Amino acid sequence: MTGTAWRARAIQIGFVVVCVLGWIYVGNARLISPIFLPRFDRVMTELLRIVSNGTVFVYLGVTLFELFAAYALALAAGLTVGFLIGRSRFWVAVFEPLLNGIFAVPIVIFLPLFILFLGIGIESKIAFGATYAFFPIVLNTIGGIGAVDARFVTVAQSLGATRWQMFKRVLLPAALPVIVSGIRIGFLIGFFSIIGSEMIAGLDGLGSQIVQLGEGMNTAAMFAYILFVILIAAILNTLLSLLQSRFNRVAAAS
Amino acid sequence: MAFAGDVAITVEKVSHAYLKGAQAGLLQTLREVSLEIRRGEMVCLIGPSGCGKSTLLNIIGGLIQPSTGVVKVDGRVIRGPTPNEIAFVFQDNTLFPWSTILENVKVALEFQGVPATEREGRARTTLAAVGLKDFADHYPHQLSGGMKQRASLARALALQTGILLMDEPFAALDEQTRTYLGEELSRLLAKTGKTIIFVTHSLSEAVFLADRVIVMTARPAAIKATIAVAGAHPRGPAFMASPRFAEQRNELYALLRDEIEKTVGGLVGEEPEEAAPPMLAEQRG
Repeated sequence: MTGTAWRARAIQIGFVVVCVLGWIYVGNARLISPIFLPRFDRVMTELLRIVSNGTVFVYLGVTLFELFAAYALALAAGLTVGFLIGRSRFWVAVFEPLLNGIFAVPIVIFLPLFILFLGIGIESKIAFGATYAFFPIVLNTIGGIGAVDARFVTVAQSLGATRWQMFKRVLLPAALPVIVSGIRIGFLIGFFSIIGSEMIAGLDGLGSQIVQLGEGMNTAAMFAYILFVILIAAILNTLLSLLQSRFNRVAAAS
Repeated sequence: MAFAGDVAITVEKVSHAYLKGAQAGLLQTLREVSLEIRRGEMVCLIGPSGCGKSTLLNIIGGLIQPSTGVVKVDGRVIRGPTPNEIAFVFQDNTLFPWSTILENVKVALEFQGVPATEREGRARTTLAAVGLKDFADHYPHQLSGGMKQRASLARALALQTGILLMDEPFAALDEQTRTYLGEELSRLLAKTGKTIIFVTHSLSEAVFLADRVIVMTARPAAIKATIAVAGAHPRGPAFMASPRFAEQRNELYALLRDEIEKTVGGLVGEEPEEAAPPMLAEQRG
């Protein structure tokens, strides 16, 4: 890392440290009632407890299962539909504004419908998360395929590329950076949707647990769960960044 | 086995028009172009920019269908890309940026249908032939403009076709690099005996490279004149310095001048002689 990068990293860590110190100070000075903001050390004790006795992992398992099921569906549907539409200028003209329009709607307004049709178990969470994550993936796939330089297609045609070769060797690698960024946004939106739908109408998972603890005024435990979700989000985000930068290194040439 | 001198490519009364917007109507780009190109011949197409030279080249290569007329290669009508007989070198950088130079050549061979076991060897041999042996594992963005075009040439040469179609391949390069690559191409030409059609808008490039320069009119393009250029390949700086070279270059410009005037609107010709700024007159001379 360069000097600038180190400085940036130091400031980032400093920001987190200041937040925690502020939290500790507010707790010690009794500026806010511990029912609203429990002391930092109490939350840490709770966090250690739920991690060491394993309760948090039961909820995590449910949430991650929903997330990965939803994401797998969104990926399969988004990439397939995106490629099919993206290959034809006409279908792009038809569907891109349509899909963009739907994506602009806060799709969470349809959550009651998902619950009505699929119940309040994990099925409705998976379907909702998959639906929401589908949009950025399909839109970026359409955009990526549509933006492939026409010269590359002409070159491949002149060389006698088959349809499959054109897809595998030209369209896919050319569109990959844009598609990967859609895949990443899709993951973040999928995670958000799963946690959100658990909080609104759920029996299980991290989201529903946070709401239940909050309603039971057990704020210290609730904060412990919130911190745990933040940790999980940070880990998943780091993994995605690594994946994306690997793809971008390959595509950096363009 | 075909021998040098017989006809490799026949263009018969090829016209081309396309719909340019709903209101604009048909735009005719080519008007009944007929042409015969002998095996091993180097032909340059030159004409005002936008006249349809590239369209003609793409029709010969089967990338565009003519509105009327046919193109025949070895007597067979061209109906689509024929990568076993015709290779392209395009203007600008059309190497795949996500692949190394070697991979670029190999993927071209894969598209052409060369068995996987032969691709690597053929790609390396061809890259060595154009002087890019040490750059096989570089990505296109790591090479200079001239090297990129040499790599594009290697991609086309690796296909081992009898015909090479080049669409202003050196247009994006500076004049020195372009002149040098022209010399290289001339040397290569002498060795391989390929049939080459070369689209250019450079007068010097046309005279330097061509056995025959075909001058096209402004759009819709037809053949205005053909100039034969004597001199065996490889040609070098001596060829370029000869009085005959300058003579033919001027002859070419005289032929093109009217057509360029039609394209750009013709300000120069309408002004009275003495009103022309001296600077401009000098530049033209």
